[in-house]
Amino acid sequence: MLPGPGPLRRASFGLSDAAVFLGAIGLLALVAKLGAGAFTSFAPPRVVPAISLDPHNLPYYAGRSTLRMFIGLTASLVFTFAYGYAAARSRYAERILIPLLDILQSVPVLGFLSITVTGFIALFPGSLLGLEAASIFAIFTAQAWNMAFSFYQSLRTLPVDLEEATAAYRLSYWERFVRLEVPAGMIGLVWNAMMSFGGGWFFLAASEAISVLNRSYTLPGIGSYVAAAVTAKDMSALGWAVLTMAGVIFAVDQLFWRPLVAWSDKFRLEQSASASPPQSWLYDLLRGSRLAGFAGALWTPVSDAVSGLLSSLTPVRRGRAAGPRSVTADRLYTLALVVLVAVLAIVGVRFIFSSVGLAEVEKVAELGVYTTLRVLVLLAFATVIWTPIGVAIGFSPKLARVMQPIVLFFASFPANFIFPFATLAFLQYHVPINIGSILLMALGAQWYILFNSIAGAQSIPTDLREMADDIGLKGRQRWRRLIIPGIFSSWVTGGITASGGAWNASIVSEVVTWGTSTLTAAGLGAYIAEATSKGDWPRITLGVGMMSLYVVCINRVLWRRLYALAERKYHL
Amino acid sequence: MTDLISAIDVSKSFPLPEGKGEFAVLDRVDVEIDAGEVVALLGRSGSGKSTLLRIMAGLIPPSSGSVRSSGRTVNGPNPDVAMVFQSFALLPWLTVIENVELGLEARGLGRTARTQRALKAIDTVGLDGFESAYPKELSGGMKQRVGFARAFVVEPKVLFMDEPFSALDVLTAENLRGEMDELWNAGTFPAKSILIVTHNIEEAVFLADRVVVLGTNPGHVRGVVTIDLPRPHDRNSARFRALTEYLYKVMTTPTMLVESAQATPSRVKTTTGETTSPFARPLPHVRVGTISGLLELIVDMGTGQEVARLAERLALPVDDFLTILDAAVLLHFAEVSEGCVTITPVGRDFATATIQLSKVLFRDQVLEYVPIVATITRTLASKENKTMKADFFLDLLDEYYPPAEAKQQFNTAIEWGRYAELFEYDAADERLKLGGATAAA
Repeated sequence: MLPGPGPLRRASFGLSDAAVFLGAIGLLALVAKLGAGAFTSFAPPRVVPAISLDPHNLPYYAGRSTLRMFIGLTASLVFTFAYGYAAARSRYAERILIPLLDILQSVPVLGFLSITVTGFIALFPGSLLGLEAASIFAIFTAQAWNMAFSFYQSLRTLPVDLEEATAAYRLSYWERFVRLEVPAGMIGLVWNAMMSFGGGWFFLAASEAISVLNRSYTLPGIGSYVAAAVTAKDMSALGWAVLTMAGVIFAVDQLFWRPLVAWSDKFRLEQSASASPPQSWLYDLLRGSRLAGFAGALWTPVSDAVSGLLSSLTPVRRGRAAGPRSVTADRLYTLALVVLVAVLAIVGVRFIFSSVGLAEVEKVAELGVYTTLRVLVLLAFATVIWTPIGVAIGFSPKLARVMQPIVLFFASFPANFIFPFATLAFLQYHVPINIGSILLMALGAQWYILFNSIAGAQSIPTDLREMADDIGLKGRQRWRRLIIPGIFSSWVTGGITASGGAWNASIVSEVVTWGTSTLTAAGLGAYIAEATSKGDWPRITLGVGMMSLYVVCINRVLWRRLYALAERKYHL
Repeated sequence: MTDLISAIDVSKSFPLPEGKGEFAVLDRVDVEIDAGEVVALLGRSGSGKSTLLRIMAGLIPPSSGSVRSSGRTVNGPNPDVAMVFQSFALLPWLTVIENVELGLEARGLGRTARTQRALKAIDTVGLDGFESAYPKELSGGMKQRVGFARAFVVEPKVLFMDEPFSALDVLTAENLRGEMDELWNAGTFPAKSILIVTHNIEEAVFLADRVVVLGTNPGHVRGVVTIDLPRPHDRNSARFRALTEYLYKVMTTPTMLVESAQATPSRVKTTTGETTSPFARPLPHVRVGTISGLLELIVDMGTGQEVARLAERLALPVDDFLTILDAAVLLHFAEVSEGCVTITPVGRDFATATIQLSKVLFRDQVLEYVPIVATITRTLASKENKTMKADFFLDLLDEYYPPAEAKQQFNTAIEWGRYAELFEYDAADERLKLGGATAAA
């Protein structure tokens, strides 16, 4: 007699167990192999590991890059918990940390690569670890701010009754953290981590092979493979790299993010079940496997002991909650902050003026205008092209189900892998780089507009669409009265993300090379890139400072207002 | 009998923003809970009953006065207390049994002991078989059973309940309330005493041995009514009905002296009539349509109805009902005396007239009896361009209320003024503009 599905599932060692077992062993072996490479010593910093363009090496390079990404993610997570917690729980910390986060989010992090690379190499002399650390730090900067902000917000919006319940039942700080605070922030954290992980590939590719202070540094990885292929003008190697990258993104999505998203669905704060919970085959496999359950059971006493210890170290506060606020202390604190900011500003301005002069500042400001124009043109074109397509996709549930993962995939594909192909085309057809760089910046940024248009169209309630059909709204009127107001909020979100991405991309897309030919556009991004490779500190500072100024100003003048308008008027 | 927990001369006030003084929530309250009794805190919204409960539970500190529990001064979460929340307050990512174990985990109990006690508590509330379910799979009534189990399992000296049945539908609430009462009457209740916060008069009389009546603005004890009925309290007994009616009368007549059958002496609270600013007198948050609806119902049922009967007929939470009634009384559309509601001639006209006429009647009443709306109208009329930023009035309200309440007061004033066509409000610009009715006048 054949056993039914029930007994099969409970078989002592099922197929799923074998899969989980082999998967776990394989993962361990892989990490060990890839990790060993990071400790390779390289004698003087001038001797750097060479990159072989043999496609057979690609899986290894891709593995090394992926490992870097995950180490960056872990670091971001640790940072998120510390930073978010401090900002949400201390009034004084909050007033420094949150504006700082705001600035860090808008500053073009690629401009800082030079600073961090030199710093980290000095930290680990004679080993690749310094370069590794610098690259990981670049990835970290692509992920950490978003995640920290998301965690901070979820801590600030904890449901009051749940907070009271944990207090009334006298949970220790540690228990509150693992039982309430982290779970409540989990969904936002996973989403933000997933989105910025996608952005991280871009920084990875840019940070593995860079020349800083007149020296080139190379780490074994898929990013430096692409750089080497560009220098060698090797088209087929580039093709293999793009293919491998696509494979890696797909695999990480299937093996890591999807199970995580499926698992994190249980942390929804709504008290009712969601209609269509996210699915993942791997998550189902793990849940069906007895081996995973067994491992969990082995782990329980350990985790009990650890959390018991941490709980006893963080007992509930006896004594009164926050006493009356001292107005004088507040004023003193504000004064100290103002003085600090003023001193920093004066030091920075003096440094720039004493070393480059006013004329240079004016020149850089002008370059900033060019890059700003590029970003705006890009946004306008991307909106005109992708919004209608996004709305069409969003209005059709079937199409949206198929297209959404594909668009997400494109959004996380590092656009700088495509740059060499575009550069080649520019050379061939004599496209001026001043225009072409817009296209390069758009390669990454456009997807955010598309993705958010789809989401916006989906958020328009069906009854409103039926009403519009019913009263015969068509063409322009339909757009003006229904669609544009309906997707406005989403479009603003997409626009903010896209413009942030474009500013960062300007640093790598205003100067592009193919073999020995280099195309340089007039713009702030090119200015920073050149200053970086020459190691010209005052100009790096000036360039990055100017770009940050532009970004912050545009955020305040344009995006903040659009965002407020969206919140006030077009909130569905 | 010994007192388990007592609040001694407790006051609580919250600071208003920008150092504009303080907003008093509780004023010199004394309450004590003895072993073996069920005490209900009965009051309307604004009486600070939930705040008092949280102060006694050690969740928030009093501004002055103290709370003593088992002979010690409470300073931080009170270990003698377990709490049942109105909103259940279950962690959605933990299963039923994990939620129940939460308090035991915090007390450092081992895993086996925890599970054993949790299973017993789950059995007590009748949730066997649901141990590994997540809260989102449960109905509201079952969720609150988990809330009770979580409280029972720590075997508190006093069980605190914050309107535990008010988020449930009528039948579910009735069922659960009955079960808890049976558990108490059978002497198997896992706590020595109960303190329940409620605005439901019937619930208070049904469950409690003593009802502490709280007054509003700021919250104070108006008096204590002893429920001198044998347990379980029979809803059909004449005494039950008499007590219920008495409490209705008390709740609708803020100036009435509260006396128990044993004539517990109560402090007479003289309302200080020094509130001169039109912005200091709080409006009940009620929509005009709702007031009109209530008046129409009274017209249909005949004037002179008992408040208790009206509330029953409307099947509204008493608190909501009384708020609507307050608004009708404030506008002189209705009068309440001795627990009965009579409708005024203007009120009758308002309820039965056409929309346009209703608006005129409403406008007259508002201008005469609602100083805040009248003041806003006058202020707008005195301006050259007849408009004003909303912030101006919000700032004035901020002097007397915490920010959220100030905003609500503003919204209610706007709603009434708009209905009366006294002024218009542009939400996008956050500007008030004099309306057609007064601009023409």
